[in-house]
Amino acid sequence: MSIQVQNVSKRFGSFQALSDISIDIESGELIALLGPSGSGKTTLLRILAGLEGLDEGAILFDGENITGVSPKERKIGFVFQHYALFRHMTVFDNVAYGLKVRPRKERPSKAEIAKKVNELLSLVKLDNLADRYPSQLSGGQRQRVALARALAVEPKVLLLDEPFGALDAKVRKELRRWLRKLHNEFHVTSIFVTHDQEEALDVANRIIVMNNGKIEQIGTPDEVYENPKSPFVYDFLGNVNLFRGRLHNGKLTQGQFEIDVPTYLDSHEEAVGYVRPHDIHIEKVQTSNDTVAATIVHIHLLGPVVQIELKRDDIDEYLEAEVTKEHFNQLGIKKGDIVYIRPKQLKVFIPEDFSI
Amino acid sequence: MTKPIEVKQDAPIVINRTATKSYALQESAIVKWSLITISLLFLALFLILPLITIFVTALEKGWDTYVASITHPDALAAIKLTLTVVLIVVPLNTIFGVAAAWVITKFNFKGKNLLITLIDLPFAVSPVIAGLIFILLFGAQGLFGDWLFANDIKIVFALPGILLATIFVTFPFVARELIPLMQMQGVTEEEASISLGASGFKTFWLVTLPNIKWGLLYGIILCNARTIGEFGAVSVVSGHIRGLTNTMPLHIEILYNEYQFTAAFAVASLMSILAIITIIIKNIIEWKAKEV
Amino acid sequence: MELTLKKRNKKTIIPGFSLTLGYTMLYLSIIVILPLSMIFFNTFSMSWSEFYETISHPRAVASYKLTLGTSLGAGLINVVFGTIIAWVLIRYEFPGKKIVDGLVDLPFALPTAVAGIALATLYSPNGWVGQFFDFKIAYSPLGIIIALTFIGLPFVVRTVQPVLQNLSSEVEEASASLGANRIQTFTKVIFPELLPAMITGFSLAFARSLGEYGSIVFIAGNIPMKTEITPLIIMTKLEQYDYVGATAIATVMLIGSFLFLFIINIIQWVTNRKFNQH
Repeated sequence: MSIQVQNVSKRFGSFQALSDISIDIESGELIALLGPSGSGKTTLLRILAGLEGLDEGAILFDGENITGVSPKERKIGFVFQHYALFRHMTVFDNVAYGLKVRPRKERPSKAEIAKKVNELLSLVKLDNLADRYPSQLSGGQRQRVALARALAVEPKVLLLDEPFGALDAKVRKELRRWLRKLHNEFHVTSIFVTHDQEEALDVANRIIVMNNGKIEQIGTPDEVYENPKSPFVYDFLGNVNLFRGRLHNGKLTQGQFEIDVPTYLDSHEEAVGYVRPHDIHIEKVQTSNDTVAATIVHIHLLGPVVQIELKRDDIDEYLEAEVTKEHFNQLGIKKGDIVYIRPKQLKVFIPEDFSI
Repeated sequence: MTKPIEVKQDAPIVINRTATKSYALQESAIVKWSLITISLLFLALFLILPLITIFVTALEKGWDTYVASITHPDALAAIKLTLTVVLIVVPLNTIFGVAAAWVITKFNFKGKNLLITLIDLPFAVSPVIAGLIFILLFGAQGLFGDWLFANDIKIVFALPGILLATIFVTFPFVARELIPLMQMQGVTEEEASISLGASGFKTFWLVTLPNIKWGLLYGIILCNARTIGEFGAVSVVSGHIRGLTNTMPLHIEILYNEYQFTAAFAVASLMSILAIITIIIKNIIEWKAKEV
Repeated sequence: MELTLKKRNKKTIIPGFSLTLGYTMLYLSIIVILPLSMIFFNTFSMSWSEFYETISHPRAVASYKLTLGTSLGAGLINVVFGTIIAWVLIRYEFPGKKIVDGLVDLPFALPTAVAGIALATLYSPNGWVGQFFDFKIAYSPLGIIIALTFIGLPFVVRTVQPVLQNLSSEVEEASASLGANRIQTFTKVIFPELLPAMITGFSLAFARSLGEYGSIVFIAGNIPMKTEITPLIIMTKLEQYDYVGATAIATVMLIGSFLFLFIINIIQWVTNRKFNQH
């Protein structure tokens, strides 16, 4: 099912939770709503589910305006942040609930319900735990029960609120992979809320980055990571080094740095350059005069990527760089060494345009 | 998909404090046992001895006198009246308690705190005043007195007055038990139920009620105990008409004031048994609620 | 009074708002608001001098003092012993502990009149306990304190108990590891945590005591100026069909109770801020 969000606004008292949000989601997409807490992502999800009303705008499912329609009739599956499992029901009864509460005419027979529930339970690999109560399950198991429960009503849209938020790192990774697999099989339009950029980049096929009730950027994981449209997105998706300097004649100057930024030839103002840690070039011997000297403060050696913390020699600022282990070994550097660095790629934002 | 992880992350961990207490956190045995002795002596003087007094005095003149006392027509009439009051008041207060707790815990609205204060109010009002206010409303000189007299409706010094005064004193019990419980449980399970297509009534019946049943029962038990035993408020509005408007506590008062101690304590012993049963049920509920 | 849903939940999906609010308000109006307003309605129909004369009658004043004094006495006894009992029930194991724990609820479950006659018999000059004292317990203010102690005990025990139960043993261990002895740990670490609950327990017991009638009338002796509590004055006036007088005294009691609850709320607010700043 395709979803259109048209100019939706929502206030909670004096707090503007959402302002003028518009999104088009195609059928079968797997969307991540990414943003910090208070960005409005959960509110948007709850509005899509019909759990929350909206002040202005409209929600369309398959072109049909369902703004005032109750959650019951929206054919959605909602997975709650803390699962909201019915604590007094077994796993089986939890999953069967949505089918059991249907009006008598539409309700499947007991045998049909049992068959459906067992199918779902084996899908989420919980068949042997059907008689357990939620309190007897681990976090990851509860999450899968919640998912099976939402899927039981055969929703046209699956909405997940911080689906992996309460789980530990290892379980989280597994479930992530598993959600993507599930989505590939069922192709039900799915939207999940997360504040974890890695999760969004890893799972979604499109990411909606939100901040302060507004949409910062919509795009594929690649687009939003490689080509952030605002300093916020840059900052929120991954680590970033800030070069606060001044634009002058198409160059950004900061300390001894003078970096070419041809797109800003006519600007003469304060600006901030954003550089990802892996876009910091490091050399042991100065080969060109566009580099500056920095001292290695700390080396974090773990896994295939080496994180290097640097202190600039010209000004009192710290930088973070990332190199592959291979490259690190080639460089042959150690803590306390002086190296020469320059940004390989830099994106400039002028502060007045954006408030960070 | 990997194997389900078998760790019970949120399994309740029960720690026996006294068993795990490190040495540094123990009082000396002398302190410990003197505190226990003080507690037991205090409880003996104030709770246990009075309870024993009731039964000993009741049976002082033998079993036959005891049976005669509690099967006396006035006693039976009092028991019947008390039962009638319980059967009307407790269900009414239960429905009120659930409705009030629902509106207070599931919604945000202006005046919510005022509503909670109103529900707590009877705890700050003397039972005697609880009786007085209904006399002022429905008594012969009360606001509706003339109208009631003209229409030949008796409220004060009759069953309706007893019911009203008892309701005033006992209605907070169920609501007060449910409000913190439902507050803690939040609305997510209800939201989940509705998002899965359940109607409001089904949601209440299948999701909310099973979650609050022990708290509800607990409130009902407390409400019931107070309803049976209410004395001050009922005393004001009942008119003390023997065999007609005397509830069990009022009957005890009359017998006691007429120096019929054995009979008074015989009826009192019945009520004490009810109280003990109440405590036992209460403990079973607490134990059950902990299990869930 | 305005009762409308805040904008936030205007479109909440949880059903039943109007139904439950309507029912709740109707019930409260019939049972509480309308009847209680009669007190003030009737009081305003009195002249000020008439009102003042009634409430400042020496017999009434003596009853205020008695009611306040005995409630305070019983409240303090309960705070001390109730806290000890709560401590013993949480921290120590001893035979019969479960039964003792259940028994604490007896005053909640036992009708006040039953408690009243039992205590009166027990503490009367020839009663099991009374006979050992050469001064009067029943039929004196002491008897009233005994009855109020009985009534108020569970309030203190049951508010202190859960706080004690949830007190993390870590803070105590921390205190011990920093060199504090047991008494220091209690006064400096445990007691401040318990204080808000003790105040709550005290105020609940005290508020209940101010209005208590059933358990007292039997043990007090009801001698005017000496052992006559305020609710009994209302009762006596009612029996003499002096509704106006009864209402005047009731007004004093209500205002007194509300004032007390108000003060307690402030005290609790202050102690909570002082000890539980997070």
